Amino acid sequence: MDKNIVFRAAAIIIFLVLPLLVKSNYLLGILIIIGLYTIIVIGLGILMGYAGQVSFGHAAFFGLGAYSVAVLSTAYRWPTFAALLAAVVVPGLLAALIGRPTLKLKELYLVLATLAFGILVHIFFNEAREITGGPSGLTGIPYLSLGGLVFDRDIKFYYLVWSTVLLISLGVNNLIHSRVGRALRAIRESEHAAETSGIDTASLKLQAFVFSAVLAGLAGGLYAYYVTFISPSPFGFHTSVLFVLMAVVGGLGTFWGPLLGTGLVVALGEILRWAVPLAIPGAGGEYQIIFFGVILVVIMIVKPEGLGSIIKFSKKSVEKGVR
Amino acid sequence: MILEATGLSKYFGGVAAVSDVSFSVGEGEIFALIGPNGAGKTTVFNLITGLMSPDKGSVVFKGRSLIGMQPHRIAAAGVARTFQNLQLFGRMTVLENVMAGAYLRGKSGFLQSLARWPGSISEEKRIRQESLDLLSDVGLDSEADLPAAALPFGRQRLLEIARSMASGPRLMLLDEPAAGLNTAEAKELAGYLKRLREQGISMVLVEHDMETVMDVADRILVLNFGIQIAGGTPHEIQASPEVIKAYLGEDEQVA
Repeated sequence: MDKNIVFRAAAIIIFLVLPLLVKSNYLLGILIIIGLYTIIVIGLGILMGYAGQVSFGHAAFFGLGAYSVAVLSTAYRWPTFAALLAAVVVPGLLAALIGRPTLKLKELYLVLATLAFGILVHIFFNEAREITGGPSGLTGIPYLSLGGLVFDRDIKFYYLVWSTVLLISLGVNNLIHSRVGRALRAIRESEHAAETSGIDTASLKLQAFVFSAVLAGLAGGLYAYYVTFISPSPFGFHTSVLFVLMAVVGGLGTFWGPLLGTGLVVALGEILRWAVPLAIPGAGGEYQIIFFGVILVVIMIVKPEGLGSIIKFSKKSVEKGVR
Repeated sequence: MILEATGLSKYFGGVAAVSDVSFSVGEGEIFALIGPNGAGKTTVFNLITGLMSPDKGSVVFKGRSLIGMQPHRIAAAGVARTFQNLQLFGRMTVLENVMAGAYLRGKSGFLQSLARWPGSISEEKRIRQESLDLLSDVGLDSEADLPAAALPFGRQRLLEIARSMASGPRLMLLDEPAAGLNTAEAKELAGYLKRLREQGISMVLVEHDMETVMDVADRILVLNFGIQIAGGTPHEIQASPEVIKAYLGEDEQVA
């Protein structure tokens, strides 16, 4: 327990000091992206690790959040906070709508259904030119302003995003150790036993799905305010797969998993982008993907429970004196 | 009568797993379903708890039909069960298993749980205490913080009973609770079941351990190949030639 608090306190101190040490805007930008993706992966972790449902369509909710902000704050000139609220509500409502039939499906069928949903939404971003601007996207998104505070610089955005991550982590930590969290974990362990204990498994899975979509939408909305320009390309199938990858590499059902998984996958992508051309002159993007794949496969072989389990196990050994 | 099953039938691809089975369970009664493996006892449980729906017949609990109800609604109506092949929440602790079983006794929803609303904290305390009490009833309180999967088999059975009690049921369906227990443990279990009966909880017991059945059951129904072949008090059942035939085979002599 003590060790756990030390870890968390250290993480918060690092979070506060890091941008002061980071001199380059490029690195600060990466930290912001890691924060935004962590928000999504936390939600996906609840869905996959606790409710036991896989989604290969979460880039769609991410994109819907981003486009809600982009469309409403430019064409309709909504106040930025109202548009951010819409970025949460729109994906949430859509998840509630498609969740009921979709979550009845199991395993591969659920994967296919969420995948198809993701592709459909991506096509919508590309083709609904009047609303989304088509492949060229939307520009001129204003800076987010909350109660007089305008997030016009990366450093401000950094603190906003990571405070959000912190808040959500605390909430999710509460959730997991609550009546609802236990019920979600029970579904993962034995759906029959959960049902016959009186747990409405269908409804809880749907709530977890909507929650994860809401978080993805929030991240999308913040993303739009951060980059101030969006196009369909970051919201495609590839991104959905990356989210699942981050959740699994980090470790499902662990506190640190989303942060570690997201950090590693994003950092690895960036490192390979300059390291691979150094090692193999003239190598294209495909080479990066190969290295990416190999490294992740190695991690999954060495630590199949995910990176988050490293901290989890050391915590247990302190508590119980076992292992 | 708290439970009335009438003409229950369930077919799997033309094979009758359960065929025209009828029985009723009184308030505070321990009713045993016995019979050889494959006689359809677990199927009867699945039909009552809504995990399967019968092809024919009715199940009425406290005057209300359970047919077509979702399993979690049947649980909320007051029916709890255990599983023959243990369905514990293995990676959760012993205490968390019981607390998860107490889901129906709480109200906190998704948002209250996220925000740790004051109401949800006091509710959590109450459920924790009630769950600890249930664990001490079955003698598992000292193992409360172990992962459920780490318990020995016999203790896991007890945990499953404690978990199903946590929902506050009026009727318990116990699927082979004594399987894997040693003689002393089985005796303890029988004592616990009798105490539950004194609290007014009705039980349907599927069990192979005849010593336990004869000790605790008020009435017994014998199934063989999905068909009910005999019913009565433990005394009557022990003397029934059909039962002896079903258990020992037609042409064999009792050794």
